[in-house]
Amino acid sequence: MTVPETTKPGATAEVAAEPFDFAKWWDRVGILIVLVALVVLMAVIAPNFARVDNLLNIARSISVNAVLAAGLTFVILTGGIDLSVGSIVAVSGVVSVLSAMAGLPAPAAIAIGMAAGGLCGLINGVLIAYLGLAPFIVTLGTMTFLRGLSYTMTAGQPIVASDLSFRDLGNGYFLGLPIPVIVMLLVFVGAWFLLERTLYGRHVYAVGGNPEAARLAGVRVNRIVTSVYVLAGICAGLAGVILAARLISAQPTAGTGYELDAIAAVVLGGTSLAGGRGRIVGTLIGAVILGVLSTGLILMNVPFFTQLLVKGVVIILAVAIDSLKQRSFRFGRRTGAPKA
Amino acid sequence: MSSPTASLLRLEGVSKRYGVTLALNDVYFDLRAGEVHALMGENGAGKSTLMKILAGNVERDSGRILVDGQEVEIRSPRDARAHGIAIIHQELNTVPAMTVAENLSLGAEPRTKLGTLDRRRVLREAREKLARIGATIDPRRPLGSLSIGMQQMVEIARAVSENARILVLDEPTAALSRAEAQALYALIGQMRAAGVAMVYISHRMEEVWQLADRVTVFRDGAYVGTGTMSELAPSDVVRMMVGRPVADLYHHEPRRPGAPVLDVESLSGDGIGPVSFRVHAGEVVCMAGLIGSGRTEVARLLFGADRRLSGEVRIAGRPSHPADPHAAIRDGFGFVPEDRKAQGLFLDHSVEANIAISTLRRFATAGVVRAGRARDAVLDQMRRLRLRLNALPLPVRALSGGNQQKAALARWLLRDSAVLILDEPTRGVDIGAKREIYEVIDGLASAGKAVLVISSDLPEAIGISDRLLVMRGGRIVKELRSADTNEEEVMLHATGAALQTTPAMEGANP
Repeated sequence: MTVPETTKPGATAEVAAEPFDFAKWWDRVGILIVLVALVVLMAVIAPNFARVDNLLNIARSISVNAVLAAGLTFVILTGGIDLSVGSIVAVSGVVSVLSAMAGLPAPAAIAIGMAAGGLCGLINGVLIAYLGLAPFIVTLGTMTFLRGLSYTMTAGQPIVASDLSFRDLGNGYFLGLPIPVIVMLLVFVGAWFLLERTLYGRHVYAVGGNPEAARLAGVRVNRIVTSVYVLAGICAGLAGVILAARLISAQPTAGTGYELDAIAAVVLGGTSLAGGRGRIVGTLIGAVILGVLSTGLILMNVPFFTQLLVKGVVIILAVAIDSLKQRSFRFGRRTGAPKA
Repeated sequence: MSSPTASLLRLEGVSKRYGVTLALNDVYFDLRAGEVHALMGENGAGKSTLMKILAGNVERDSGRILVDGQEVEIRSPRDARAHGIAIIHQELNTVPAMTVAENLSLGAEPRTKLGTLDRRRVLREAREKLARIGATIDPRRPLGSLSIGMQQMVEIARAVSENARILVLDEPTAALSRAEAQALYALIGQMRAAGVAMVYISHRMEEVWQLADRVTVFRDGAYVGTGTMSELAPSDVVRMMVGRPVADLYHHEPRRPGAPVLDVESLSGDGIGPVSFRVHAGEVVCMAGLIGSGRTEVARLLFGADRRLSGEVRIAGRPSHPADPHAAIRDGFGFVPEDRKAQGLFLDHSVEANIAISTLRRFATAGVVRAGRARDAVLDQMRRLRLRLNALPLPVRALSGGNQQKAALARWLLRDSAVLILDEPTRGVDIGAKREIYEVIDGLASAGKAVLVISSDLPEAIGISDRLLVMRGGRIVKELRSADTNEEEVMLHATGAALQTTPAMEGANP
């Protein structure tokens, strides 16, 4: 390698303009374009769609899934998966409602719900990181276990708490915005900060990119892996508390199947299931797309069964685009740099 | 069939371009029946491209390929097979979880009348195929339970059973023990006697002189020449490969080592050691030895990557007993692992992220990384290593092997580690990058670092170091001063044949 002409000493902003790279460009804004197109389409087809109250409703309806997906993004970035978040939603909802009914003040009940989620995540994380068990299997197990736990705690019946102290968390407004939407935005700002600005975030990406290389580079891989499940658990706990507040009750069946919607949002947002690649902003957009899609389809009076068909196709399309993009990228690089 | 001296395979004026790179430029290659023909060249010379063309994985842009004097097209692996060409890759093309017999019948499984798999015939045919190459391997064993050498035998048995007449062996002994290599040499001899022609790609001079009848050398994608082994000395071939005399490749100013920085006392691990040695400030020490002699294991023990059983390690007098690499790095170690793609780098991540990863803490306040400062520091190292600065945001995958290695080195230069352990730092890099890596190593020594290099390239190990630690069977069997030794002496200690010259040694040091 010779020293190229572009090497001028003392300058840091001399990263030369590269030729237009469609894959890279799509990586940045592709998903956003899909969202905008979808919104425009919906606004045209369904006249009520673009009304402010409808948009706020959509925002509120996606907040639970988006908060789940935010936590899950960390897990998937490390190359893991967490199927138990839907069950954690139920457990933490039950725990927070029971705490509130026992007379604890609202903030304490909320914190206990989140802590319960974090504890569930800690169990996942320790089993995966320190016992080396496969994330899919571990969280499949805890998914079932925690669902059973939520049924056990409620004796299988919903616990209705009509005077629930933290009901505003699900139903209230602040400055004209639904509170769950504000919570969701705060969660994403926090997650973005962690991933993009901190040492911790860099280590999460490193572990997902190549765990062995991360270890040899001095990253304490086991701690990082454990922590992402704890984070996913805390987020799921928060989602569970929000859902319980919205329903003003603790439902043992709450959150059933939510893990799949959350995974869909993360993947739709461009995060690779193989780990190491993806962005938190993409996850938010992915969650919004799924929310817009379901609300839009409802407004258009599309039958529920057909809605599922559409959602399924959208998810597969998104992953297919991602995979094609990856392949062309890798292939291009490989053939571009021959080795003898 | 052709007569023994006629060309079995012939390439004329073959070229292949990848983007702006001319990987093969009008090359010529001639293979006769029953000969072992070594193909040599530095990395980037075009050997792999030629092999891919023969395998049908890549199509040439121009030129002719002749088999038995007839012009042929090789557009797919199927075409290659039809012409009797088989490739034995470095990465084996087999299914480890399946048995040897199942692997041997893969894709052509015999069936019973009912259409189910005929297990008995699978086993019988496997025995026959293995017997044909004289391999004594139980075909019922899972392939993955065999050593790499034995797996390679299975691969060869498969090729031979498909009536391959042209066998391309790509660095077949790179991962073999000495005994396995000997068994492979014997098999190659047998196949040659049976009229199979072999293209033998290898970097090991002694092996090439032992096995090959002729050698063809490529350089930078171009044909340099073909010669008969008996008329050539290794230095001739090296000159052809490099294009100039190589004596100055390892040149460095005399070094004056200072106080001991790394002090290792009776270090042992699973099957390793105890080993004791010191590396001084400003000194380059090379661990030499055969593959499997325990060099990498010692490095991993020092670095906290594997568990130590016993031993006392000090860095500049301070004890270092790291529980993990994180602690070892804090103690002052830096480690560039042997397999940079699997263990060293994050291939899809940017050059910047790859270099900064181990030093980020220094640029972080309360866990928040000051990205601008980190970037400036990374750019400084890139300048120092002559990496092109606009590679900063590119994925490391997009870099050449040499530049990838420089990025791996830059990580520790940035960390300013007191002790650097470099495991095969020049493997898979071209000669220009090699030269630059040697300069970096020398620069580290002049800056007072202790450098421990593991190298299987003997001239390099001797040339760049001040002292050599020769390992065998997990122990250091000999310490040599680099200035007073030669490849032969190192090899004698490494093989344990200190009293007798082994056949593999002939011609190794002209």
